[in-house]
Amino acid sequence: MDILSMFEHTFMIRALIIGIPVSLCASLLGVSLVLKRYSMIGDGLSHVGFGALAIASAFNLTPLPVAIPVVVISAFLLLRISENSKIKGDSAIALISSSALAIGVTVATLRNGMNTDISNYLFGSIVATSDFDAIWSVCLSGIVIILLRIFYNKIFAVTFDENFSKATGIKVNFYNTVIAILTALTVVLGMRIMGTLLISSLIIFPALSAMQVCKTFRQVIVTSAILSVICFFIGISVSYTAGTPVGASIVLANLTAFVIFTVVKNIVSH
Amino acid sequence: MLSVLRCNNVTMSYDGNTVFKDLNFEIHRGDYLCIVGENGSGKSTLMKGILGLRSASYGEFIFGDGLQQTEIGYLPQQTGIQKDFPASVWEVVLSGRLNKKKFLGFYNKEDKKIAWENMEKIGIPSLKKRCYRELSGGQQQRVLLARALCSAEKLILLDEPVVGLDPVATAQMYTIIKNLNQNDNMTVIMVSHDIISAVNYASHILHLSVSGEIFFGTTQEYQHSELGSRFLYHNCHCDDCEKHKLKHIHQSKP
Repeated sequence: MDILSMFEHTFMIRALIIGIPVSLCASLLGVSLVLKRYSMIGDGLSHVGFGALAIASAFNLTPLPVAIPVVVISAFLLLRISENSKIKGDSAIALISSSALAIGVTVATLRNGMNTDISNYLFGSIVATSDFDAIWSVCLSGIVIILLRIFYNKIFAVTFDENFSKATGIKVNFYNTVIAILTALTVVLGMRIMGTLLISSLIIFPALSAMQVCKTFRQVIVTSAILSVICFFIGISVSYTAGTPVGASIVLANLTAFVIFTVVKNIVSH
Repeated sequence: MLSVLRCNNVTMSYDGNTVFKDLNFEIHRGDYLCIVGENGSGKSTLMKGILGLRSASYGEFIFGDGLQQTEIGYLPQQTGIQKDFPASVWEVVLSGRLNKKKFLGFYNKEDKKIAWENMEKIGIPSLKKRCYRELSGGQQQRVLLARALCSAEKLILLDEPVVGLDPVATAQMYTIIKNLNQNDNMTVIMVSHDIISAVNYASHILHLSVSGEIFFGTTQEYQHSELGSRFLYHNCHCDDCEKHKLKHIHQSKP
């Protein structure tokens, strides 16, 4: 099959319009999340998102307006939990994500049985997206990129050293909340294509690969953004030509990039 | 003379337990204060109080001489996150200027000039483009000190600045701090476990103890004080020290 023919399908164009901005945002936010050891928050949020989407579809509601507020609120809560050292952050996230998954599956099965909707939410799908999703994706990605540009230096400072930032009067909680909300939005938008189980890789992989070779924060940000878009494109093309699942193909493209970057790092350092 | 920082009857608690009570001290421009004491005596809590990261349950910290609380140059202890953080030295040092920015955090020429001057002052201009995580412990600590200076007007607060450093790097760090204090008239507050160096370099000592005893005074006074003579194990035979020793011996008899 000819790769160029994929641009002839509306659903492919739509997938690209949704996917490229989302992978860009995910990778930009991912740098800060990975460095702050918050990468599991993306995973937790995607499961909460799944619960919300499954319930919305069970009751025939429009998915995004239900999922977005639910996931944003969960982002707030997850952040509070990981700040509170008395409850172990990672177990709390695991608790919340499996519960949300269970609730979503149970409610959806009781209403309609395990249908393709559920499977799409779990593993992602290109055809399941709508024009509405595309508009949301472009607008929200625009907001994410503008906010990240404006707050770039402060986010760097907050990521590098929270105590120092607090002491010098930076509103650390405000920036953490901004990052969490933006992550929540990115996760909800991205999980339609990537699926619940794979969306967090969009956040973690590009940042991790870039960190293998880059020496400055700016380089890491730029590299991971470029890498993320390239891997998304490769993944979706492979999925189209070879008929592989789309989310999994994108993850595998990212995994390949990660392996290459790690090898390069080891060769350079020897 | 106007004081830079006055600690006014401060009581602070941690997890509901009072760590220290009715603490009073005052430091002036150019002072070099070391805060010493056993683990759990409240050194870190006090430091957080001074920085405004934790509020006092009673009393207050009063900043004078035109100093704002957010203008304290803070050298925190390193966190695990920083050990593998991909950032250039320049990015780290420059971020010290962010406390001068209200909302937008863009750097201008002046910020860059000040960051560069501070790197020269600490002797690390050659590290500008290096990656922070690839530096030695001593170099990293100097980078963080340069960052602290970027946000500091008159006062720097150092949290155990020599922990984990080798003897050469430790000596270098103490010399840099001494020079900042003497040449730039920078007021220094240092939390330290290294009591011998504290007494060597500091002009004032604040000794907190788990039992609640507190000493504040000049280093000279501290050496002959009850807490000081017990903590330093020195061989001073002045009347005061002999008295403290005798008292201590009698107390520890069964």
